[in-house]
Amino acid sequence: MGIKQKTVPFTGTRQQHDDLLKVISKHKDDKGALMPIMQEAQEIYGYLPIEVQTIISNELEIPLEKIYGIATFYSQFSLSPKGKYIISVCLGTACYVKGAGDISNKLKELLGIDDGECTPDGKFSIESCRCIGACGLAPVITVNDDVYGKITVDDVEGILAKYE
Amino acid sequence: MYRSHVLVCGGTGCTSSGATKIIESLNKEINKAGLMDEVSVVQTGCHGLCALGPIIVVYPEATFYSMVKEEDIPEIVNEHLLKGRIVTRLVYDETITEEGISSINETDFYKKQHRIALRNCGVINPESIDEYIATNGYEALGRVLTEYTPDQVIQTILDSGLRGRGGGGFPTGLKWKLAKGNDADQKYVCCNADEGDPGAFMDRSVLEGDPHVVLEAMAIAGYAIGASMGYIYVRAEYPIAVERLNIAIKQAREYGLLGNNIFGTDFNFDIELRLGAGAFVCGEETALMTSIEGNRGEPRPRPPFPAQKGLFQKPTLLNNVETYANIPLIILNGVEWFRSMGTEKSKGTKVFALGGKINNTGLVEVPMGTTLREVIEEIGGGIPGGKKFKAAQTGGPSGGCIPAEHYDVPIDYDNLLSIGSMMGSGGLIVMDETNCMVDIAKFFLEFTVDESCGKCTPCRVGTKRLHEMLDEITKGNGTIEDIDKLEDLCYYIKENALCGLGQCAPNPVISTLRYFKDEYVAHVEDKKCPAGVCKALLSYNIDADACKGCTLCARICPTGAITGKVKEAHVIDQSKCIKCGACMEKCRFGAISIH
Repeated sequence: MGIKQKTVPFTGTRQQHDDLLKVISKHKDDKGALMPIMQEAQEIYGYLPIEVQTIISNELEIPLEKIYGIATFYSQFSLSPKGKYIISVCLGTACYVKGAGDISNKLKELLGIDDGECTPDGKFSIESCRCIGACGLAPVITVNDDVYGKITVDDVEGILAKYE
Repeated sequence: MYRSHVLVCGGTGCTSSGATKIIESLNKEINKAGLMDEVSVVQTGCHGLCALGPIIVVYPEATFYSMVKEEDIPEIVNEHLLKGRIVTRLVYDETITEEGISSINETDFYKKQHRIALRNCGVINPESIDEYIATNGYEALGRVLTEYTPDQVIQTILDSGLRGRGGGGFPTGLKWKLAKGNDADQKYVCCNADEGDPGAFMDRSVLEGDPHVVLEAMAIAGYAIGASMGYIYVRAEYPIAVERLNIAIKQAREYGLLGNNIFGTDFNFDIELRLGAGAFVCGEETALMTSIEGNRGEPRPRPPFPAQKGLFQKPTLLNNVETYANIPLIILNGVEWFRSMGTEKSKGTKVFALGGKINNTGLVEVPMGTTLREVIEEIGGGIPGGKKFKAAQTGGPSGGCIPAEHYDVPIDYDNLLSIGSMMGSGGLIVMDETNCMVDIAKFFLEFTVDESCGKCTPCRVGTKRLHEMLDEITKGNGTIEDIDKLEDLCYYIKENALCGLGQCAPNPVISTLRYFKDEYVAHVEDKKCPAGVCKALLSYNIDADACKGCTLCARICPTGAITGKVKEAHVIDQSKCIKCGACMEKCRFGAISIH
C-alpha cells in the first residue's frame, strides 16, 4: 500500500517507551488486542518504525513478522516519519470528480515531493487519503487538523504559505 | 424551560466549515445579551445539507441560517434572539417566500424526504442520552426485554421486510434467525461501521448524530440471537463518530442500559469499539471479523458463514449502521407502518449521500421506490452550471453507473441490480457531460487495485491487469480487441474472486461498457476523448486569427513546443507538446483551445 522505507534514525525517548509499555499492559488480556496497541503506539511515536514493532513483538510474544504484516496491510500505519504538517488530499469519488487530481498534482509540483513523501526539511508530507466524508465541501484537503474545502488549483499556493 | 433553541450542526461537514467556533461565539454573545436563561445552544448531528455549512436552525420557528460566519453571530443574537427579527440576509434562499421566512421543513430538500434512520440527526444533542430517551429512545429495548420472546423479535424483523442497508440487501430477519439457530456458549453481535465507499457518509452521520440508536438496536439484536457481547467496528477516519460513540457507551452503562441485568431482567449485554485502520476490504464481513481478531483484514471463504463460525470462531451477527438505525422504530411503530413505505420487495427508506456534480450535496433519506430524477432534480436541486446529466454511480467501487435512460427507474434493490448497478451502502455520485466514463472506470479500478488485500489471484492480479488496460485506453494506446479482452477479464474476475470486494470490482467497467461503449470506441478507434478529460487524447491548438503574436505562450512552454515570430501567429508542435495546459492558462486573447 505504497509504504516507503526510509532510513531516518529512530529517536524514541524513555518517556515514549514507558508510555508504550503502559498501553501494552492495559490491553494485553483483551481479545484481539494487537490492533488497538499498534494504533496507540503510532499515536505515541507518530509512526511505527521497526524498533517499536520489535518492542510490541517482545512484550506480546507475537512474531515480528505478523506485526510487520499488519503494519504494512493497513494504510493508517506508517513505517516512516511524517512531516510537521501532514497534507492529506482526499481522493474520494466526490472530490475526484470535482478535480482533486489536479490539486494533488499542484501540491506535488510546488513541494517537489511525491505522494507519501516528506520534504527534506521535515516540514511537509503529502498523502492521498480515501473519502473523509466531507463530500459536501469537495474537493477537500486537510493540513493537520485544518480542513480546506471547495478549493481550486489556484488556492493551493496560498494555503501552503500559511504554514511557511 | 427555554423559549428558543439554537441548533448548530456539529457533523463532519459543518465542523470542517468552522461550526465549533460558531458555537463558542454564540454562547459568548448570548451571555453578553443576558439571554442565557432563555436561549439554549445545542450541538446536533448532521442536517444533511453539508454544502451549505455551517448550519444554524433556530426553533420554534425552524429558521434556517446557512453558511454562517463567526462575524455574523452578534447580528443573529441581537436581532433574532433578542428582538425577534429574523436576519433575512443569512437565511437559506429557498426559505424566503412572499409570505415571509418559511420553515426549514418547507424546502424542496426536506419536503420530499422521509427521515427514519436519520430521524434524530440534526434534532437532538448526540452527546446527551437524556435527549435520546426523550425521543422514545431505549423504549423499544425495554419493550422487547419485558414483552417479547427472542423468537417474537426475530419474527417482527422478518415480517417488516427490512433488508441489509450495507450493500447486498440480505433480509435482516433471516440473518438474525440463522444466528439464533446456532447454539454456542458465546455469540457476538457486530456493527459494520467501516464505511469505506468513497463518497458515502450515511453511516457516519447516524453515528455522529444519533449514536444511541445503534447501541439500542445492537442490544435488541443481542437479546434476539442470545449474545451478550457486541463490537462496533468503526473507521478511525471518523474521529467525531468515535468520540460520540465512546460517550454514548459510557452513558448507556451509567444508566444501566448496557451491562448486567438490563431493565431488571437477566439479560446482559455490553459493547466495545474497535477502530479500523484504513483498509476498504474490512467492510467485507469476514475480513471485518478477521480484523477485530487482530489480524491482517483478509476475507475468509464462506461457508462457514458468520452465523455459524464468525468472530473468534463463534456464531456472529453482523449488520450495518443504517440497518440497525431502523430497528427500534420497527418495534415501536409496528410492522405495518414500516411495510407501508417502499416497493414490493424493498420496504422502508434508504439514505443516500449525494455528491459530485449536484447543487445540494448532502444526505437525503427517501422511501424506496423514489426515482433517480426526483432525488437529483427535486431534492438535490439539479446539476450546477446548467450542464446535462450523464450518469449516476451508485454502490461506489462495487456498483455501477445509471445512465440518463434509466432516470425514471424507481430505486430499489432489485431494480438497481437489473440495470447493472447496486444499492450498495448508498453513495450516489452524479456525473455530467464533462466526466469521461472510461476515466471514471479507471479511477474505481485504481481504488480496487490499491485496496485489494492480495489473498486471491483473480482480484490481486486481475484488477491490476484491468487497470493497466484501461490506462492504455485512456492514453490512446488501446485497440478494439482490447475492449473484448477487458470484458472477458471482467467476467472471469467476477466468477472467481474470493470475496465481495473482488467479485464486484469489475462492476464499474462492466456497467460503463454496457451504457457508454461508444466512449470506449472513441478512445481506441478515433483516439479521442469525447468528454475532453483524457489528457493524452487532447491536443492544444492556436487559433491563428485570434493570436496576436505576443510570444507569452512560447516563453512559458516548458518543452519549447511553441514557435512563432513576434506579432505573427504562433504554432504548437504536437510531437513536443506535453499537454500541461500552461499556454492556455496564460493566453490573454483566448486563442488557445483544446480538442
